[in-house]
Amino acid sequence: MPSESQPLTSLELGAAATVSQINLRPEQRGRLLEMGLLVGTPVQLVRFAPLGDPVEIKVRGYHLTLRRQDAEQILVQISS
Amino acid sequence: METQPPPASQPANIETVSQLEKSVGRTLSDSRRPAAYVVLTGNPNSGKTTVFNALTGLRARVGNYAGVTVERKEGRFQGGPGDPPIRVLDLPGTYSLSPQSLDEQIARDVLFGRLPEVPSPAVVVIVVDASNLERNLYFTSQVVELGYPTIIALNMVDVAEVNGLSIDVAELSAALGVPVVPLVASTGRGIKDLQKQIVKLVSENSPRGVPPPFCDLPAVFKTEVRLLTPLLGSTSTARNASPQAEALLILCDEKFLAGSDGHYSAQVTQAVKVGRQRLEAAGVDWRSAAIESRYARINAIHQAVTTEAEGQREPFSDKLDRLVTHKFWGMLIFVGIMALMFFTIFTFAQLPMNLLQGFFRIAGDFMGRLIPPGDLQELVVKGIVQGVGAVVVFLPQICLLFLFIGLLEDTGYMARAAFLMDRLMSKVGLHGKSFIPMLSSFACAIPGIMATRTIETRKDRLVTILVAPLMSCSARLPVYTLLIAACIPGRLITQSLTMLSMYLLGIVVALGMAWIFKKTLLRGDTPMLVMELPPYKRPLLKIVLRHMWDRSRLFLRRAGTVILGINILLWFMASYPRHAVVEQQFAGARLALQRSFAPGHLTHEQQKNALEEIDTARAGERLRGSFAGQAGRILQPLIAPLGFDWKIGIGLVSSFAAREVFVSTMSIVYNVAEGADEDTHTKDLAQVLRQQKRPDGTPVYTTLTAVTLMVFYVLALQCVSTVAVVRRETNSWKWPLFQWVYMGALAWVFAFITYQGGRLLRFH
Repeated sequence: MPSESQPLTSLELGAAATVSQINLRPEQRGRLLEMGLLVGTPVQLVRFAPLGDPVEIKVRGYHLTLRRQDAEQILVQISS
Repeated sequence: METQPPPASQPANIETVSQLEKSVGRTLSDSRRPAAYVVLTGNPNSGKTTVFNALTGLRARVGNYAGVTVERKEGRFQGGPGDPPIRVLDLPGTYSLSPQSLDEQIARDVLFGRLPEVPSPAVVVIVVDASNLERNLYFTSQVVELGYPTIIALNMVDVAEVNGLSIDVAELSAALGVPVVPLVASTGRGIKDLQKQIVKLVSENSPRGVPPPFCDLPAVFKTEVRLLTPLLGSTSTARNASPQAEALLILCDEKFLAGSDGHYSAQVTQAVKVGRQRLEAAGVDWRSAAIESRYARINAIHQAVTTEAEGQREPFSDKLDRLVTHKFWGMLIFVGIMALMFFTIFTFAQLPMNLLQGFFRIAGDFMGRLIPPGDLQELVVKGIVQGVGAVVVFLPQICLLFLFIGLLEDTGYMARAAFLMDRLMSKVGLHGKSFIPMLSSFACAIPGIMATRTIETRKDRLVTILVAPLMSCSARLPVYTLLIAACIPGRLITQSLTMLSMYLLGIVVALGMAWIFKKTLLRGDTPMLVMELPPYKRPLLKIVLRHMWDRSRLFLRRAGTVILGINILLWFMASYPRHAVVEQQFAGARLALQRSFAPGHLTHEQQKNALEEIDTARAGERLRGSFAGQAGRILQPLIAPLGFDWKIGIGLVSSFAAREVFVSTMSIVYNVAEGADEDTHTKDLAQVLRQQKRPDGTPVYTTLTAVTLMVFYVLALQCVSTVAVVRRETNSWKWPLFQWVYMGALAWVFAFITYQGGRLLRFH
């Protein structure tokens, strides 16, 4: 059973999960999807920048950074 | 353009050629075959530039696409038969054919054959990073669908192997329907195979036909693509790109209707609008459906062709990142790298700068001896040689900055710097990538402004360009030094603090202005940051040096054209008109003095000094009577509220050539002869400045005037080189003029507040 959805940013550092929902406006979402971050894609929260923002994630084997406020709109489920 | 039109379109030429063939008896027509274009494309950080260099050697030509500042890199293919000639075009790195930046838009337009200046590609080579295969396959699949004869250059297979990934090349080739060549471009492994494959496809010269669709779209989507395709076949100007692929792309391109560039007919835009409505009605999200289908297929291919070794080690790059982006060590390393950059620029650039200065002095002397004294001599020595010298002297700093920027980019650290600094920059509405351009501007705004090319959003890039020259560049340093020496009393500590405050003022105003511009003139959502952190790479010196030289050359070319022209104009303003009475007076005085030299009465040295004294006085008189002098007087009412007199006005006007020219102009204005070296000269000049009195007997250069003048220098855009570079980078006069006006207004207002506020507080 997959657990409940939570914001990507609330994961523990290094924890892996699966994207369950992307609550960004459609016109903002485009590039994120093209970079391979889709519903159902496994992601890993790598770290926050030293000043707390942005956030670094690992997706499809490479590293990507997003601002915290955007990453908070990406919901994930921790796979059991 | 080097391509020639196909012979068929020029029957007259064919006649001449065939006549020649008859008379000479050999085939000329072959050598007239138009060049075949091999287009290199791929994601950023896929090693495309390295592949390009391996294919072309280091003789690439770097220019711009017409009307935009996107770098156009083109070179001759090495290792082909030479007939037809093959040219390689390196497109900017691209994540998708739905462009987000100007770079990506150009790449898309070339691949669609939309740019009249670029012939339709004969072969497309997609450079793919094997260690990041999945994401790279997204763009790859889009390009493969266009239907050109295509080769996949599977680069960095060595990195993939180290990471424990092995890729079944044959299987990948079968899945994509195009040849795949494994490569390690940095060591040259596999380049021969790639060359052979390119030559083969170029000589076959046969269209691939319409490739099958890469992914399985929802049925309604397929119908829409089928409906739109015939419209494109008839109305589109795409020369070889498959209309199916184009139909699919414009159906799901968010920006297609919003930013319609007039490329498509009203019929097509209407059809797209209606098609999207039908898709929405059917419950299909036209924005994401194609992306999802593509990734579904990519997932399947990726799993089929790659095998991951068990028990992988953490890649070196990830380990390094733990240190480099660490809360404490990461920041320390960042500050260290930046400090090293500036230390290097200010110390190592000094020697070549002195050499250049010496060179221009010698060149001036030489020309002075070659040309008899008179107007022509003055024009050449003072106008051309000294004018260009004043700007070219900064070349070593500019080269070093470009070298550093190139190294930061090529190693992958640049993205980390943006990652570390994004928080700070986003406070004023900018992107982390704006940090390095702004920082570089402390040495010189020119490389800083040119480094803004990496910023994707046009508005963010413009804001960065607009505020970058507020950072105190090294040309302001001599001005600060002189004024502080002349007017800031007391000890080293007060003087250092004054200097520091000037730098801080620039930073604070730059950030404030950036914030204001983002709120008003260039309003726009802070764009979403979606930035890749590429794995660290060992930089290739050849590429970094090449890059440095390409960019520095642009600056030199400017110095040789626009900047030279304006410097001659400034020289003219400072030398003319000549007043016959004054000239005669000095000529008379000189003659009288020369006659009075009785043999043995004065040493040669003393005679020379006496003559120089007259010449210095004459130069001062000339300048004061010149157009620049008049400009200073005209400016007087404007600058009087700032506490500046017309002589300072002359300095302000002439500083436009380069800010440090203020120092030499002031020494001419006040008849200060050139000292033995720079230090004594500054001291002499500072001494003279302190003695200047206003008509009412109070000194001109009080502490308050000096501080006001420095504030003015911090904020005003007195630099023709910067204006020329901004003109080039924004491709219009609008922005450099706006920048000049706003910075001038800012300088005046701040100087006014400083001066009048200081007087109110009875601070002198």
